[in-house]
Amino acid sequence: MTRPRSRVGPQSLDGGHPLDVDRLLDDPATGIIVCCGSGGVGKTTTSAALALRAAERGRTVVVLTIDPARRLAQSMGIEVLDNTPRPVAGVSTTASGGSLDAMMLDMKRTFDEVVESQASPEKAQQILRNPFYIALSSSFAGTQEYMAMEKLGQIHADARRDGTYDLIVVDTPPSRSALDFLDAPERLSSFLDGRFIRLLLAPAKGPARLMSAGLGMVTNALTKVLGAQVLRDMQTFVAAFDTLFGGFRQRAQKTFELLQADGTAFLVVAAPEPDALREAAYFVERLGEDDMPVAGLVVNRASPEQHGDITAEEAMAAAQRLRKDGADSLTAGLLRLHADHMRMVERETLLRHRFEAAHPQVPIAVVPALAGDVHDLAGLRQVGALLAGERPT
Amino acid sequence: MPSRDFPQVRLHIVTGKGGTGKSTVAAGLALGLASTGTHVLLCEVEGRQGIARMFDVEPLPYAERRIATGLPGADGGRGGIVHALHVDPESALLEYLSMYYKLGRAGKALDRFGVVEFATTIAPGVRDVLLTGKVYEATKRNARNKHAITYDAVVLDAPPTGRIAQFLGVNQELAGLARMGPIKNQADSVTSLFRSGRTAVHLVTVLEEMPVQETADGIAQLRAHDLPVGGVIVNQVRPRDLGEKDLVAVRAGKLTKRKLAADLNRVGLTGSAELVLGLFTEACDHAERRALEDAQRGLVAGLDVPTYELPRLVGGVDLGGLYELAGLLREQGLA
Repeated sequence: MTRPRSRVGPQSLDGGHPLDVDRLLDDPATGIIVCCGSGGVGKTTTSAALALRAAERGRTVVVLTIDPARRLAQSMGIEVLDNTPRPVAGVSTTASGGSLDAMMLDMKRTFDEVVESQASPEKAQQILRNPFYIALSSSFAGTQEYMAMEKLGQIHADARRDGTYDLIVVDTPPSRSALDFLDAPERLSSFLDGRFIRLLLAPAKGPARLMSAGLGMVTNALTKVLGAQVLRDMQTFVAAFDTLFGGFRQRAQKTFELLQADGTAFLVVAAPEPDALREAAYFVERLGEDDMPVAGLVVNRASPEQHGDITAEEAMAAAQRLRKDGADSLTAGLLRLHADHMRMVERETLLRHRFEAAHPQVPIAVVPALAGDVHDLAGLRQVGALLAGERPT
Repeated sequence: MPSRDFPQVRLHIVTGKGGTGKSTVAAGLALGLASTGTHVLLCEVEGRQGIARMFDVEPLPYAERRIATGLPGADGGRGGIVHALHVDPESALLEYLSMYYKLGRAGKALDRFGVVEFATTIAPGVRDVLLTGKVYEATKRNARNKHAITYDAVVLDAPPTGRIAQFLGVNQELAGLARMGPIKNQADSVTSLFRSGRTAVHLVTVLEEMPVQETADGIAQLRAHDLPVGGVIVNQVRPRDLGEKDLVAVRAGKLTKRKLAADLNRVGLTGSAELVLGLFTEACDHAERRALEDAQRGLVAGLDVPTYELPRLVGGVDLGGLYELAGLLREQGLA
C-alpha cells in the first residue's frame, strides 16, 4: 500500500501543466474514468462529454450517470430508468469503430439486484419486503454512493468477461461532500459487521446476551427512541441479512481495489470558485492518501480569456472618457464589460495558480464557459473539444 | 424589524441548486434581517463549516456563537446581533436524548455500541429529523432549554433543492425510520412548524436553464407537500452595461468593427486590432448570454412568487460582500 507518492515540490514559474485529455482517452490502458467534485460544478456534463469524445475516437464506452438534467438524459435516450446500459443514438462512430452506451443509476434497483443475486429466493423476498430494508435502500444518504460503486463493479466485471466495453466513465452522486462516495462503502460495510449489528443479533443468539452489562440499557434506550416495532424490523432484517454481510464487505473491498488499480483515472471537477477549488484540493489529497490515481483537475465554466492587451483599469478609464465626450454609450458599455471580465479572469487565474502551487503534480484542463446550456450531443461534442484544449478560432 | 415581504415568518429556510450560492444568500439574509434590536440565528446543517469561512471565524462548535452585527438601519441605528449555529447530528442526538429521555449513562453506552453512528449516518431519515429537530428547537424555544436566547428570526442554510422535501421530512414515499415509533412525534411537530405561516422556504437560482428548471420543480414539490414557498432569489446576475437598445443593435449586426475602432481612437486606445476584435466578440457573446438570461428571467417571473435579484460580486464573496447583499435584500424587501 505504500507506493511512493509524488513529492510536492516548489512551484514552477509558469504554473501547472495542461491535462492531455485525448491522450488519456486514447490510452488503451485507461479502463475507468471517475469524475468527482462538489455539487453544481458540471460533473455529469463532463462525464458525458468525455464518454462521447472517447467513443468518437474509437473506444467502446459506457457512461454511468447519476442524475442528469432531463433534457440531456432525453437526448442521450436514458430518461427511462432501467438500470441497464442502452446505446446512445447519433454518435458518429462509423469512422472510428467506437460506440457509446449510457445508463442512469437506479439505486434501489441496484440494491435489490445485489440482494437477489446473493441470497436464496425465499430469503431475498424476506429481505426485500422488510420495512427497514425498504427504508435503507431508498433513503439512506450513502446508498446512492454505495450503489454507484456497486454498479461500477458489476459493469466492470461484465465488460471484462464479455468484452463489451473497454472504457467505463462514471459520474459520482451529488453528495454533501465530494468524499462521500469513497467513504460510503466503508461506512456501510463497517456498519454491517460492526458492534451494533452484533447487538441487534444478540437476543436471537442466546448467550451473547451476556456480552455486556450495558446491553440491556442500550436495548431499552433504543426501544424508547425508536419504538419496539422498528427494533423488531431491524432485528429481522439483520438476521436475514446476516449471511450476506461477508459478501458486502468483500465487494466493497474489491471496488476499492478496482479504484486503486492502474487502469483507473480520477478526474476532479471544479468550478473556478474558492469553495469548489478548496473541495477539489481536499479531494486530490484524499485520493492520494488512498492510493487512487488522480489524472487531473477539470476547471469548468471558466471565464474565457480575452483578446487585447489593455488592463481593466485602462478599459474603465477609456469608458469614462467616452462618456464624458457624450460619445456612443455602446462602446463605453463594452469597455466596462471588458474590465469586469478581465477582473473575473484575473481572479480565476489567481485561484487556479494557488491550486497549482499546492498541487503542482496535478495537470489541469480549463473549460471556458459556453454561452448557453448543454443539452444535446452537439453541445457535449463542443464541451469535449474544449476539454481536449481545442479552441474556436 | 421582521422581513418586509414576509412579516409573519420566523424561520427562513434557504435552499437552491448546488453552485448557485445559497449559503451566501442565507448569510446575507441573516445580516439583513438583523436590524436594530433584532436577534437572528443563522444555522447550517451540512457539516461544511461554510459560515465560519464566510465570516472568517474559527470553526463553529455545536453552540450558538455570536458572529456578527447586522446591517445598520436606514435611520443609522446599530444593527442587531447575528448568532450562528453549526448543527451536527451526533451532538443533536445526544442533546435530544438528554433533553427528552433523561438517558444519562445509557447515552454514553449508546455511543460505545455504535448506536450514535448508526442513528446519525445509516438509519434512514433519522439524521434529517435530528438536524431539523434542533432548528425547530431554536425557533420555538421552550422551558426545556433554560437560559437560551430567543431569536426574532432563524435563517437555515438548508440542503440543496433536490433533497429539500426529503430533508424537511415530508416525503412519505421514503418512509424512513423517522416515520415510525416515538421519533415520529418529534418529526410531526417539526413538520407542523414547517407547514405553518411562520416558515418560508426561499429558493436561490442563477439565470441558467438547469437551475431555473430545478427551482420550478422544487416549488412544485414544496407546494405538493403543503410547504410554504417564500421567494426566489436570482443570484450572480451579470452586469448590465449594455442597454436593451444596444443589445438589439448588436444582435442586428449594427455594431461594426470600424465604429468600435473609431470610438477607441477617440480616447487614445489606438492601433490595437486585437482589442477591437476582442470587444466585438465580447459584444456578440454578451448579447447571446443576455438573451438567454432574459428567457430564464421570464420563466422565473412565471413562477408566481416574489423574486429578488443579487449581482455577481466580481471580487468574490467576502464579509463586505455579504453586507452588500444584505443591503440589497433589505432594499428589495426580503429582509
